[in-house]
Amino acid sequence: MSRVLILFAHPALRTSRVQRAMADAVRDLPGVTFHDLYEAYPDFDVDVPAEQARLSAHDVIVLQHPLYWYSVPPLVKQWFDLVLEHGWAYGSQGRALEGKVLQVALSAGGRAQAYGPGSFNGYSIAQFLAPVEATVRLCRMRWAEPFTVMGTHMMGAADIREAAARYAALVRGYVESDAVAAGGR
Amino acid sequence: MQAFLVAATVYLAAAVVAVPVAKRMGLGSVLGYLIAGVVIGPSVLGFVGAEGQDVMHAAEFGVVMMLFVVGLELEPALLWRLRGALAGLGGLQVAGTAAAVGAAGVAFGLPWRTALASGLILAMSSTAIVLQSLQERGWMKTDAGQKSFAVLLFQDLAVIPILAVLPLLALAPEGAAAPGGGGSHGGAFVEHLPGWQRALVTIGAVALLVGVGRSVVPAAFRLIARARLRETFTAAALLLVIGIAVLMQFVGLSPALGTFLGGVVLATSEFRHELESDIEPFKGLLLGLFFIAVGASIDFPLIGRELGTVLGLVAGLVLLKAAVLYALGTGARMGRDQRLLFALALAQGGEFCFVLLSFATQNRVLPERVAGLLVATVALSMAMTPLLLVAWERFVATRASSATDAGRPHDDVHGEHAVIIVGFGDFGSTVGRYLNANGVDTTVLDLDSDRVDVLRRLGLRVFYGDASREDLLRSAGADTAKLIILTSGDTEAMRTLAGRIRHAFPHLTILARASGRVGAYELIEAEVPHVVRESLDSALHLGVEALHLLGVRRHEAWRAAQRFRRHDDATLRELAKVFRDRAAHLSLAREAIRDLEQSMRADATGGVPPDDGAWDPESLRAEFGARPPSATG
Repeated sequence: MSRVLILFAHPALRTSRVQRAMADAVRDLPGVTFHDLYEAYPDFDVDVPAEQARLSAHDVIVLQHPLYWYSVPPLVKQWFDLVLEHGWAYGSQGRALEGKVLQVALSAGGRAQAYGPGSFNGYSIAQFLAPVEATVRLCRMRWAEPFTVMGTHMMGAADIREAAARYAALVRGYVESDAVAAGGR
Repeated sequence: MQAFLVAATVYLAAAVVAVPVAKRMGLGSVLGYLIAGVVIGPSVLGFVGAEGQDVMHAAEFGVVMMLFVVGLELEPALLWRLRGALAGLGGLQVAGTAAAVGAAGVAFGLPWRTALASGLILAMSSTAIVLQSLQERGWMKTDAGQKSFAVLLFQDLAVIPILAVLPLLALAPEGAAAPGGGGSHGGAFVEHLPGWQRALVTIGAVALLVGVGRSVVPAAFRLIARARLRETFTAAALLLVIGIAVLMQFVGLSPALGTFLGGVVLATSEFRHELESDIEPFKGLLLGLFFIAVGASIDFPLIGRELGTVLGLVAGLVLLKAAVLYALGTGARMGRDQRLLFALALAQGGEFCFVLLSFATQNRVLPERVAGLLVATVALSMAMTPLLLVAWERFVATRASSATDAGRPHDDVHGEHAVIIVGFGDFGSTVGRYLNANGVDTTVLDLDSDRVDVLRRLGLRVFYGDASREDLLRSAGADTAKLIILTSGDTEAMRTLAGRIRHAFPHLTILARASGRVGAYELIEAEVPHVVRESLDSALHLGVEALHLLGVRRHEAWRAAQRFRRHDDATLRELAKVFRDRAAHLSLAREAIRDLEQSMRADATGGVPPDDGAWDPESLRAEFGARPPSATG
């Protein structure tokens, strides 16, 4: 059993279909702590000690957000800046997050074909996520292959249901896996 | 003058002593007044003597005022809804009781005329005692409360025809006098007119009352309210009530009924609550005086001489009346406990009985001895009522039937709005505008008449109202609302209000504006879940501005304000637990200030404050400074 923390970041959930469905699919899963960042910190005043304690209490961190301007929403960056302190998250003394898994779960409006070399956007999702991946690795966490829902602008209700179900299955899988917890301790 | 002051001293002292004691013992204020009256009356201390009867007549005006207030709380729509109960229950109660008491009288050997007259007189119940007792316990909104009210209202109407009929039952017809003696119910001007003219004058007076009440009175009050002279408004309110009473007497109608009608007409006006709060103290004092006078006028020597007869009469009267009422309650399909409350509440004789009895004696309808016995009987039965209600409350009342019965649908919910805002000053109106701008409809209650007038002209849904009244909150939609926002700034009032709201509308979430730290402590102590200090955010905004002017970058100043706020909120909760303990509060507060300053001062030593430690390059320089720069370095 692994303890899963979902860090959910969406600044305008009212306008969202896919992220809302994804959030609803995992919000109440047993073994999952669902932490809605924009709800907790409307003024970006991140409570660092509380966030650090929450991270310490979990084995798998899922970072769920829509892709905005090829990156994370601004509160996630603020959260990185403030919570991942030197001497706690990284640096020679910073081993608090060592061995934990970080799983990005993002949605993007463009379809898969719109990403990658020579495509409309020019770079792949993995390339755009490079700063996040580097952050994760610097904190001695394990980088998981990102879970992506692509082409959200073109999705119908059935597609959204299917994507949310896939996401929930992924999260449930983490909850039920022991390997992560063993690796993290 | 001297005598008046002495008498006033005696009455007031008796009330001041007896009422709190009686309330403390759970007996209600009415019984307290009655006991006070007995004590100062001729039978015990003898401070007041024969003038008790005169005082009673004067104090009957309290009943008139009470009905005005009752009318104010009763919108025409509700009255219309009560029409069935009024005519049906009221009519049957008067007829049934008169028949039952009359039959009992005949059975005990009274002539039928005397018996019927007694029956008609004793059918009246005490509006004063019943309404006061029910209101005091918050039972007016129960089924029994509403039906009792309807019956009392019908009785008020019935006094007029009874006054007309009584002389016909006279023992010696040649002695019959025209109606007019007795009390406040004799016509003065219309007696000499033929019937059809009398009817015309009556209808005209009522029409005048309704018409003037609709148009002229609100305009006049608006003018007076604008002058901001509190006592002029009070004087105008009194003038209105007394004026109506005089008009009604002039045309031979019951003043109580007239003021009641006046109240109903004004119930929909925006001055409803101002008027009520102005009349209320007069009403309370006069009613108290009335009850004291009833207590003082109980003729104990007579009761002593005819103890068996009087006690038998009291028991018989209460039992007969209660039996008739209980049967009516059964017919009206009231719940068992409500039926019993209905029966007990109205089982006494009323203040109209005194009027009618003296009228009947003057008209030789009743022999002096019978009338004297009946006066004693009525007074004792009135004194019994509060006791019966206490007994009902103790032994019969179920939780579901208590006043706060939320299951019963109530009428006249104007605002099906999710939010009620109490107080619409700068603070409340900003909250309201913000909510409205975001598509949330609000119902606003405010006590400042000028402000409400202005806001109403702007088209806002603002009502005059004292939110401490449960029925008012209910009509503002408290049953269906989700939130109630208290913005008055008067901490003590908000605490009381919060307690009442929690009791009567447990589903409502309370948000309150706290004035200052102590205000916040007190509201937190009163378990108000969402307390927001009125000046914290604006003070910090100003502080940020000040820091900026001193050369601190805006964002850093802003972050410092956020930190300050978080720290302050946390210590507020801690300090609220001990704020009553001066020493503990002081030491904890000192500690909190020290903590805060220490964490803020980190800046002064060259680094960044702890919460922004990730932005502090110091430790990075120490670790990575000697090596090639890292990703974050």
